[in-house]
Amino acid sequence: MKSAVIVFPAANCDRDAKVALEQMTGKTPHMVWHQDSALPDVDLVVLPGGFSYGDYLRCGAMASQSAVMKSVKAHADKGGMVLGICNGFQVLTESHLLPGALMRNAALKFVCKPVGLEVQETQSGFTRKYENGQRVTFPVAHGEGSYFADDETLDRLEGENRVAFRYAAGENPNGSARNIAGILSEKRNVLGLMPHPERVVDDVLGGTDGRNLFQSLIESLS
Amino acid sequence: MKARVFITLKNGVLDPQGKAIGHALNGLGFGSVGEVRQGKVIDLELAGSDAEAAKADLKAMCEKLLANTVIEKYEIELK
Repeated sequence: MKSAVIVFPAANCDRDAKVALEQMTGKTPHMVWHQDSALPDVDLVVLPGGFSYGDYLRCGAMASQSAVMKSVKAHADKGGMVLGICNGFQVLTESHLLPGALMRNAALKFVCKPVGLEVQETQSGFTRKYENGQRVTFPVAHGEGSYFADDETLDRLEGENRVAFRYAAGENPNGSARNIAGILSEKRNVLGLMPHPERVVDDVLGGTDGRNLFQSLIESLS
Repeated sequence: MKARVFITLKNGVLDPQGKAIGHALNGLGFGSVGEVRQGKVIDLELAGSDAEAAKADLKAMCEKLLANTVIEKYEIELK
C-alpha cells in the first residue's frame, strides 16, 4: 500500500500519521507539501490533524484552497482512498469531499482525552477489520469538532450507512449531531473523523484500537 | 471601492459562543439581554468602480471562501 501524507503549515499530526503508516505498512509514506500541485502515485492520501493555516477564517478553510487539494480531489474522484483525521476532517468538509461542517465544541472548550466510540459501519475499506458495533477507544484533541449538517443530510448519511464511527452513549465530547464522530463519502472511499486512530497503533502510546483501521486499508488496497 | 461582508450563522445553527456572550452580559447586570448570535465582519478594498460587477464578485467570494454556506449566511455592503 503506497500512501502520502499532506503537510500543511501548522499541521502537527503529520509525523504521527507518518510513524503510524510506517509501523503498519512497513513503507515510508510520501510527505507532500501543500504547495505541490501533483500527488505521487499512491493508493491512500492522509490529511493529518493540526491547525492548518492557524485555523484562519474557519478550521480547514484555507487548506481546502491550497494547490495540493485539487490533486486530492482528483484522486478521490477517481475512487482513490482519502483519510482525514481531525483537522483533516475539517479540510474534507470545507473541500466538499464530505457533507456537513465541524463547529465550535458545544462547551466551548478544547477537549483532549480518550473517548469511547462505536464502529457503526464495517462495509468500507477503512473499517472492514472491525466488528459491527465494536467499542473502541481513540483519543480526541480538538476545539471545533461538533459535527453539524441539516436533518435531511443526517438522515441520508444514516440511511446510506455512511456513519462509520459514533461517540458511545454519554461520551460525545463536543455536541456533535447524532453523536457522529466519523463519516464516509458517497463512494465510501473518503473517511473523515475527529478522533485520532493514528495515535493508538502502539501499546507504548496507550492503546492499539486504531490498528484495525490501518489493517483494513492494507487489506483493501493490497 | 470598499466593501463590508457580514457573516453570521444561519438560523437554527447552534451558536455556543453567542450563548456564552449572552450569559456574560447577563452576569454584568444587563438583564435585558436575551438571545445573542455572533459573527464576523470582513472589510475589503476592491479595484474598479462597477458596483454590479463588484457585488457579483463578492457573492462569488462568499460562496467560494468567505462563508461556509452549510452553516453560515452572508450580507454584502458596498460603500
